[in-house]
Amino acid sequence: MSLIEITEVRKSFGDNEVLKGIDLNVEPGEVIAIIGKSGSGKSTLLRCINGLETINAGSIQVAGAQLATDELHLKALRLKVGMIFQGFNLFPHKTAGQNVMLSQMVVKKTPKPQAEEMAKKMLDRVGLGHKFDAYPDQLSGGQQQRVAIARALAMQPVALLCDEITSALDPELVQEVLAVVKELASEGMTLLMVTHEMRFARDVCSRVVFMHLGRVHEIGPPGEVFGNPKTPELRQFLGQTH
Amino acid sequence: MMEFSTWDIVRNLLLAARWTIVLSLVAFAGGATVGLVILFLRISKQKAARVFAGGYIELFQGTPLLMQLFLSFFGLSLLGVEVPAWLAASVALILWTASFLAEIWRGCVESIPKGQWEASASLGMGRFEQMRHVILPQALTIAIPPTVGFSVQVVKGTSLTSIIGFTELAKAGQVLTNATFMPFTVYGFVALIYFALCFPLSKSSQFLERKLNVAHRDH
Ligand SMILES: Nc1ncnc2c1ncn2[C@@H]1O[C@H](COP(=O)(O)OP(=O)(O)OP(=O)(O)O)[C@@H](O)[C@H]1O
Ligand SMILES: [Mg+2]
Repeated sequence: MSLIEITEVRKSFGDNEVLKGIDLNVEPGEVIAIIGKSGSGKSTLLRCINGLETINAGSIQVAGAQLATDELHLKALRLKVGMIFQGFNLFPHKTAGQNVMLSQMVVKKTPKPQAEEMAKKMLDRVGLGHKFDAYPDQLSGGQQQRVAIARALAMQPVALLCDEITSALDPELVQEVLAVVKELASEGMTLLMVTHEMRFARDVCSRVVFMHLGRVHEIGPPGEVFGNPKTPELRQFLGQTH
Repeated sequence: MMEFSTWDIVRNLLLAARWTIVLSLVAFAGGATVGLVILFLRISKQKAARVFAGGYIELFQGTPLLMQLFLSFFGLSLLGVEVPAWLAASVALILWTASFLAEIWRGCVESIPKGQWEASASLGMGRFEQMRHVILPQALTIAIPPTVGFSVQVVKGTSLTSIIGFTELAKAGQVLTNATFMPFTVYGFVALIYFALCFPLSKSSQFLERKLNVAHRDH
């Protein structure tokens, strides 16, 4: 059984069918890059996996936890997959350390000392141990995004969903975030990331998914997808971005 | 006829002003509590709850406070329930205050970026936990200036309770006018006392707004 099983998933906003039957199985430790034109449904797919959008048909399972709409099932699912957003979404009224501690204490009922210890460990892991007491608006974008990663990791998820996590960053800050993701990948974390960093996708990912008009249009190892695109749509897409 | 010195007038008004203050505090504290409940209903996932809260707010904001006071005072006695003026006044003011506070706070809650809901949801928090730890603490900071500002309306609103016979500042002014035939002096002092109560509130609302804007930048 795969770690993440996405079967025949459909999602519409009103009359607009955005996902038109997505099938995707992700094995433990895989790093998957999702690429595709704007509006092809990449974000929507990630948001469905995390239950931020409700699906209209099909099923999604993560490590045996089934996606459902009630709060109990959602919580069980969300404890297994963390999500990192383009806009960081740190809690501005809490320090970096408190950001990482909060959900451990609230959701997992971890006692404060352990939560704090875990927060220190996770902030160290993303190279920000010294920023424990800094507020988000005292951190650079790259640092904020690394705190967001630490915050997700502290919940000990089996997989992380990353939606264009470097797109809001100044160019010189992109690498520090990608370095953290690369580190996670090499440690065996399962990652599903929507990205425009083709170079990164080629170097780090085990498979690349090309989405087009709400479908998985092409899928394969990066060498194949980038080196030998089979469909004209993918060729055109790669031509545009390179 | 009894002679009233200016001091007598002021002293009597100040004594009555105590009831204005007490009634304001009761209305505000009670209104904040009920308002919080209405707020939760207003932004609930349940449609019925949202509709109920929306209706409540429309009803109490869409009718004059005076009518609400009449209805709670005379209406209840029609049903055979004898309500003392202070109780009718408190109940009406609490419900009225709640409708405005709930609406002010809803605006503050909705001004919190969607990303805050999504991030906290993706970390596994339930709706109540999100509100309690992520949304309300941020909304509260924004809500303080308009909330304090609205308290001025509450203080002034208490003056209407004189109509149902509750003896607060405005009612005392009426009584004293009848006794002294000096309406200008009496109501002049009444107005001054209201001003003395309201001015610090509206000033501190402005002050808090400026201060919170600054605090936003450097903790
Ligand atoms: N909440 C929503 N309500 C209505 N339509 C939506 C909503 N979210 C997304 N859509 C629509 O769904 C389609 C796919 O959006 P999605 O954000 O998944 O695309 P994307 O591949 O992530 O694009 P981008 O590269 O620009 O981020 C778009 O046409 C978008 O307008
Ligand atoms: Mg997107």
